[in-house]
Amino acid sequence: MSNEIMPGDVLLELDDVSLSFGGVKAIRNVGFDIKKGEVRAIIGPNGAGKTSMLNVINGFCHPQEGTITYKGVKRHDMKPYVAATQGIARTFQNVALFRGMSTLDNIMAGRTLKMHKNFFWQLFYYGPARAEEMEHREKVEQVIDFLEIAHLRRTPVGQLPYGLQKRVELARALAMEPELLLLDEPMAGMNLEEKEDMSRFILEVNGEFGTTIALIEHDMGVVMDLSDRVVVLNYGAKLADGTPAEVSSNQDVIDAYLGVAH
Amino acid sequence: MFYRETGQFKTTYEADSAIFPILQDRIGIALMLAVAFVVIPLTGSDFFLNTMMIPFLIFALAAIGLNILTGYTGQISLGSGAFMGVGAYSCYKMASLFPDMNLIVLVLFSGFFSAAAGMIFGLPSLRIKGFYLVVTTLAAQFFLTWAFIRVAWLYNYNDSGAIDTLPRKAFGLWISGAEASPVTRYFVVLCIVIAMTWFASNLVRGRIGRSWMMIRDMDIAAELMGVRPLYAKISAFAVSSFYCGVAGSMMVFFWLGSAEVESFDENQSFLILFMVILGGLGSIMGSYMGAAFIVVLPVALRAAPEFFGITVNPTNMEHYTIMIIGALIIFFLIVEPHGLARLWQIAKEKLRTWPFPYA
Ligand SMILES: Nc1ncnc2c1ncn2[C@@H]1O[C@H](COP(=O)(O)OP(=O)(O)OP(=O)(O)O)[C@@H](O)[C@H]1O
Ligand SMILES: [Mg+2]
Repeated sequence: MSNEIMPGDVLLELDDVSLSFGGVKAIRNVGFDIKKGEVRAIIGPNGAGKTSMLNVINGFCHPQEGTITYKGVKRHDMKPYVAATQGIARTFQNVALFRGMSTLDNIMAGRTLKMHKNFFWQLFYYGPARAEEMEHREKVEQVIDFLEIAHLRRTPVGQLPYGLQKRVELARALAMEPELLLLDEPMAGMNLEEKEDMSRFILEVNGEFGTTIALIEHDMGVVMDLSDRVVVLNYGAKLADGTPAEVSSNQDVIDAYLGVAH
Repeated sequence: MFYRETGQFKTTYEADSAIFPILQDRIGIALMLAVAFVVIPLTGSDFFLNTMMIPFLIFALAAIGLNILTGYTGQISLGSGAFMGVGAYSCYKMASLFPDMNLIVLVLFSGFFSAAAGMIFGLPSLRIKGFYLVVTTLAAQFFLTWAFIRVAWLYNYNDSGAIDTLPRKAFGLWISGAEASPVTRYFVVLCIVIAMTWFASNLVRGRIGRSWMMIRDMDIAAELMGVRPLYAKISAFAVSSFYCGVAGSMMVFFWLGSAEVESFDENQSFLILFMVILGGLGSIMGSYMGAAFIVVLPVALRAAPEFFGITVNPTNMEHYTIMIIGALIIFFLIVEPHGLARLWQIAKEKLRTWPFPYA
């Protein structure tokens, strides 16, 4: 079952997934797939169930119905840290940084799973633990350079403006070297220039590292530019699925989503 | 002017991530160690060692322990007193069962017993947070103090119900009991505390410390980065209680000489929590500052009138001391709610830019 997934193959498949919170049906019988190497946008009006969809993918929420197949293996209710070990990283709609830690430490946190020196070595620090720390520091510095945040290394993340916090959050997710990166409204609350930067980073991550990206975004322009395929949710149900051009000319979508926006 | 990092360029990540990256800080630490290891033993009176330095070090260690749990991992606990007790009683039992064992080894080993207790009573933290967790740790506190009274085996069925230090030698010197000199006991405590401080500061700057802080700051995101809440929280409880346990055994064997259950009650837990909050949550240095404030300052205040040749009624002095300490706590917490360590950091920041604050 664990044969290599090539670009273009299905990386993640959701089939007939339903999720409800008490009486609220957040997701109703939704099925779609994400192919390796693509940028997959998930759009929909407020409360459509987009964030819930990501929560299902990385194991925060366990759907009452339906199946999730990741890398060809059907998986059952998994814990988020297991999803992390399988290469799924994410950013949050409301920035979820570690506010008591510096920018550098936040990004180093992304390396947690790749570090293995045990408690004993950590106690002594000098020696293997430090060597490992430095090795990962180097990786982190690459991410920092890539996202152009070198000047913020020592700044406590709480003091950063919102746009930069979002960028640090992306850096932290990238430090995990994920196979599937889930971005929940990475450009919300940003000005035009910041949006352009962020779009560029997303495209570069996808292009250079071949990272598969699932992207939730409200700005249709951004979605059109960035994504290969778009799935549209409305009131928890799937409304449309296709290329940006197909989706934007779909009458249901125009009525339900684009219509609302105008 | 003199506290500057100008011209100190870090060319390696190793240098950049040192505990004290700035040269002046390293000199400061070296000076403090020299004072602790040379000046104080040579010049300190027995009174000074017994009533200030030894308890200061012991409580600093306990405060580091609680800080690991509360300051670094964000799990508030009111059980530190009881965990100190577990260390003390298990050390007492071991010392009476194995009279030939080196007492220092036993003191350190007693930490494992309190670590185990901490792990068990830390289990609720997987399900509950904040004030609710405080209540369960308080329940641990009450349960354990109850055990210290009821399980007479713990104090070898003494009539007094107290545990007394057992005179022991190490390296040919009396280190506990009536024969042990304050200087010897001070040295033993100092070495243990400094070593354990170093270990703690290593832990908190590596992967394990980061995973503690990740849980503290945003447990959802932490889990997503691969931190298992079970491991992170329980390991914090274990390490924290280990530190408290060692502090508890040192309290009996190297400081008080004997202890009853009152030494490990909830008041002790509160006192250590005060040290941590006042000194600074999430700061090793702050743990020392908090301990100095709560342990040393009252003794110094009480001794002050005599030192300056003023006579004050001792009972009145006791009241003044409490009032002054209380007022100072409020003052410092208003000035800097993040504790003395943060205040010190801000002062250094000012010094660094002085005399051109906006340069
Ligand atoms: N933990 C939860 N408990 C109860 N209801 C929830 C929970 N999470 C989401 N919901 C509900 O599920 C529905 C879908 O929410 P979701 O956050 O997935 O929407 P969204 O598409 O991300 O919206 P937005 O664009 O506002 O972010 C909403 O009605 C929301 O109130
Ligand atoms: Mg959302």
